[in-house]
Amino acid sequence: MENVLLEEELEQFECVYEKPDTLKEARFHYCPGCGHSTVHHVLMEVVEEMGIQSETIGVAPVGCAVFAYNYMNVDMQEAAHGRASAAALAIKRILPDRYVYAYQGDGDLAAIGTAETIHTCNRGENILIVFINNAIYGMTGGQMAPTTLLGMKTSTSPTGRTVETAGYPLKITEVVATLPGTYYVTRQSVHTPNAVRQLKKALTKSFQYQKEKRGTCFVEIVSNCPSGWKMTPVQANEWMEKNMFPVYPPGDIKIPK
Amino acid sequence: MGDLRLMKGNEALAEAAIRAGCQAYFGYPITPQSEILEYLADEGRKRGMIVLQAESEVASINMVYGASGAGARVMTSSSSPGISLMQEGISYIAAAELPCLVVNVNRGGPGLGTIQPSQGDYFQATKGGGHGDYRLIVLAPSSVQEMADFVYDAFDLADKYRNPVMILADGALGQMMEKVEFRDYNPADHIPPKPWATTGKPPTREANVITSLHIQPEKMEQINLRLQEKYRQVTAEETRFETVQTGDAEFVLVAYGLVARIAHRAVELARSEGIRAGLLRPVTLYPFPAKPLRDLAQRVHGMLVVEMNAGQMVEDVRLSVEGRVPVAFHGRMGGIVPSPEEILAKLKNMMTTVEQHAEAR
Repeated sequence: MENVLLEEELEQFECVYEKPDTLKEARFHYCPGCGHSTVHHVLMEVVEEMGIQSETIGVAPVGCAVFAYNYMNVDMQEAAHGRASAAALAIKRILPDRYVYAYQGDGDLAAIGTAETIHTCNRGENILIVFINNAIYGMTGGQMAPTTLLGMKTSTSPTGRTVETAGYPLKITEVVATLPGTYYVTRQSVHTPNAVRQLKKALTKSFQYQKEKRGTCFVEIVSNCPSGWKMTPVQANEWMEKNMFPVYPPGDIKIPK
Repeated sequence: MGDLRLMKGNEALAEAAIRAGCQAYFGYPITPQSEILEYLADEGRKRGMIVLQAESEVASINMVYGASGAGARVMTSSSSPGISLMQEGISYIAAAELPCLVVNVNRGGPGLGTIQPSQGDYFQATKGGGHGDYRLIVLAPSSVQEMADFVYDAFDLADKYRNPVMILADGALGQMMEKVEFRDYNPADHIPPKPWATTGKPPTREANVITSLHIQPEKMEQINLRLQEKYRQVTAEETRFETVQTGDAEFVLVAYGLVARIAHRAVELARSEGIRAGLLRPVTLYPFPAKPLRDLAQRVHGMLVVEMNAGQMVEDVRLSVEGRVPVAFHGRMGGIVPSPEEILAKLKNMMTTVEQHAEAR
């Protein structure tokens, strides 16, 4: 009943924003405050605004975004854990005129799939890699990730990550930026409207570069995990700015000369 | 008319892949099959094939997943340790019902083992190999000619059933040279449309999704039941085998691949000594020719299974004959290839044992 009233009320307003056709009707399963739904949204807005829905093929990871194909209204494949870039580059080699992206989390891309990530970037495969870094394994229930911060408590680093037992947070984005095959490497976030606008620009540029066959574009999004971090969404974003940004500072890491 | 050449088994297989319209090959070097990658990197690329030397077999098989999902006719090849690395990806491919060819030029194991020929991967090839309930269609060539011929069949079967197909060869078949005739084959007449592929969603259809994830137990069970029904259909329609002089045979050798050729010679030696021996050679290892073996078991006195392993296919033979006849086994391992004389000696041993049993009864 409340919904009916709401829709009637909505008619009184001017529509300034709509869900893009590039998103399906399904409701996101993501936890409240999670960055994934915002990144899905921005990515699909870019696909719609560029008019490339019929030419875009995505690859979903194993992790919280495993069901990305339930939301993103483009042809998609779900890859084995860590292998999204391998599947994506193969799609691109078969269909070189399509826009292809791999969407991966930190465990997928920077732990089990490190070899694929490095070699995909090193060959300069002409795809976009979207990398969500929230420093934790969300789907499996909050275990330590390669990007988990020192001192950060997870279910497998219950007293906080130490260098002695788990080494250092892996700055994989800085690593791939050193490879000649990457053309554009940037680190973004989605915790403020301005950050969302910046991400949108980065993704748009990445698809443009892909059209120009420039090489691998790599967009990290420093994100949050309110459930895994055991915080409210607001607390999580504040914690992210205070603790994640010093280690993973937002901004372009490698830009075309 | 076909085209007659003298080639290594690995090269013949690679040449056939080009002729079969294979669009892409993803692989990693490993002895004794690296000639496949080398041949395709040269000849395949010249003739328009996408050939990528991947960073690992894990990457290779997942590239096969992506490329097959994008609608391409696609393959990889490796040898035993590399095939072990691919198992997760093969399970995903089978579950997502993607057609592809996986070639295993079997070498001796376990572990790093040896680069010499072996049939030690029979279990892995025929029982699934990776996780979950799935099957590959497995073709076992026994000559360089079949290393080529089975490539066309493998791709066609893969497309027909949307299932990964394995060619299970061995190091000897890969390395030896024989004459090979390439058949006339026009890929356009064989490759079906693939409306399920992720090629970019036009406005006229829903988005295509390739996945093996079905979180609802009821849905996942339904998918398993459908896969099992497919495997039953494959068994009913695609089981292949050959027989040599089994019509009047009292004792039958059962062997596949390279060993089937050696066993064929052993049959000739036995016949020259007046022993009524025959040979049944499974050509498809999955589906396994269980019924012809069961039928044979009604009228022969015993079977001898010969393999280059510790006894793997022999289990399927015993399951097939259901105790109707004694089934003996002779196996060599570590890269040792059995000789016809050695097989004949084992056959005579078995005959003696069977006859002693008969007298005791």
